[in-house]
Amino acid sequence: MFLSITDLDVKYKSQEKNVQAVDHVSFYLQENESIGIAGESGCGKSTLGLAIMKTLQDNASVTGKIIFEDKSILYISDSDFTKNFRWKQISMVFQGAMNSLDPVFTIKKQFEEILKKHEFKGDYQQVIESSISAVGLPHSALDKYPHELSGGMKQRVVIALALILKPKMVIADEPTTALDVLVQAQIMVLLKNLKKSGLSIMLISHDLGIISEIAEKIGIMYAGQIVEFGNLSDIYKDPKHPYTIALLNAIPKLNNSERIIPLKGSPPSLINPPSGCRFYDRCPKAMEKCKQTPPQVKTESGFVMCWLHE
Amino acid sequence: MPEILSVKNLKKYFTKKGSSGKETIRVADGVSFSINSGETLVLAGESGSGKTTIARLILRAIEPDSGTINFDGEEITNQHEHLKKIRIGCQMVHQDPYASINPRMTILDIVREPLEINSIRNKTERNNLALQALSQVKLEPVEEIATKYPHMLSGGQRQRVAIARAIVTRPKIIIADEPVSMLDVSVRIGVLELMKELQEKLGISFLYITHDLATANYIGHRIAILYLGKIVETGPINEILSSPSHPYTQALIDSISDPDPDNLQRDRKIRINDPLDINVYQGCRFRARCPYAIEKCKQEPELEEISDKRQVACFVKIN
Repeated sequence: MFLSITDLDVKYKSQEKNVQAVDHVSFYLQENESIGIAGESGCGKSTLGLAIMKTLQDNASVTGKIIFEDKSILYISDSDFTKNFRWKQISMVFQGAMNSLDPVFTIKKQFEEILKKHEFKGDYQQVIESSISAVGLPHSALDKYPHELSGGMKQRVVIALALILKPKMVIADEPTTALDVLVQAQIMVLLKNLKKSGLSIMLISHDLGIISEIAEKIGIMYAGQIVEFGNLSDIYKDPKHPYTIALLNAIPKLNNSERIIPLKGSPPSLINPPSGCRFYDRCPKAMEKCKQTPPQVKTESGFVMCWLHE
Repeated sequence: MPEILSVKNLKKYFTKKGSSGKETIRVADGVSFSINSGETLVLAGESGSGKTTIARLILRAIEPDSGTINFDGEEITNQHEHLKKIRIGCQMVHQDPYASINPRMTILDIVREPLEINSIRNKTERNNLALQALSQVKLEPVEEIATKYPHMLSGGQRQRVAIARAIVTRPKIIIADEPVSMLDVSVRIGVLELMKELQEKLGISFLYITHDLATANYIGHRIAILYLGKIVETGPINEILSSPSHPYTQALIDSISDPDPDNLQRDRKIRINDPLDINVYQGCRFRARCPYAIEKCKQEPELEEISDKRQVACFVKIN
């Protein structure tokens, strides 16, 4: 097993309120597999990524189990994590990454900063140049400041920064949002190529289209929970959870303009989430039983949390 | 169907002053199109292609350098009556519903404001019209929503408020500038469906501005593809998306990932070149990025008819 997550819980505490952003999330990945985490805004998908990277805010408490290559990484100290895992084994491309570059330093300086921080011993110049070439940018980009680059180029730089210490896995949080259509597609081509060269990607996105480009496994998140998990083809061709079905139906397609029935309502608040199935209010197939917490039912390649499939 | 809005040869150049001297940016360079009553025209292109500028030119938020705008049978000039006519009869829905409605006003005040500014009807009638608009965009229960403030609503609900404000003056046309791009996937369809319904019930025409060809296909009848301030291809949307004739249209279509499990094994190819300097104003503007460019492309291609409904500005014409 490459990565396995069991019963991961993340709670944010604020002003005597508890926000349960991630609620008993479990999934696993094999070597060389990539996963797409899909869901609406506020469903906890970014928090899930940050929890794996151990970069949550101080008011967050995390419980559960994260096993990365047979090593438990959740309860080790931060310095141990930085020394052995962060950026070396797992790295992250943050949301709005284009704005995460420091405007007063050249691109090269920002690469050097990471190498220095992680006490890299070796030829800086060579590593930096090879990682900038790997994302399809010319070496001349290294001497530029962030404002001199276009959005797509900045996103490539941020991906190169995440890859510089050759991690086995990259968590990419909405890596193409805020980019232009063509640039978006070019970034997806880049991620596809990186995946081919052996990188595992955890792609966090609301766009089921781009997820289908690189993920063998899919986790559908709703109100803090993974309500369905499984292989790409199983989930896209035979979705089981009514939310997955609704989400797949809600996407207008290029070669089909049939009318779509919109999903009513909005996700519940995570401050005091309702007991029972979280999708109850919006579900077209809700029944009396759904007021109780749904079981995790095994499917061919994963699981679904729904009474309909008990 | 009668023509409701037409623009002819619209031009707007901006000058950018930088360390390397003045640079002219042709945001709209001879743009012409027309929209019929009850029709949705999609204006599609990348950011910086001039989509939003064209919307602003139509509403006379900015002054065009040249060109004419005809709205509802009359040319719109800078005369007061003309401006009033277009600003009542043509409304706008902006991209970001978190920025386009005033956080310090109640929903009722927001929706009523266009009526007040234009002194339409008396106070009670204005209230009723605003409430009616809220129910037309399906914000129920209307009375309760009307007293709320924007921060109490979700993104999808806010966009509905923006649409209610747009329809309250009974416009003939609404310019919708990326109205669903900031919304969650599951609420997008709801807003698009609402726009379709308003079109069917009230006969409103839409100018739908977007870079997302999939939602465009869902809502649009005709499409105009814009590249660096020029329309490069226009015609019925289903024909253009199934057999594009301009290489740029093809590249835009290539870049869309429909949710399809076969994508995983497939190589994705976007048929476009990636040179450093892409803003070419001599000859065909797409020349530098075009994988099909020939010698002739150094001349400027004009929009020419390829069938009775379609026009394309390209010497090569794929498909």
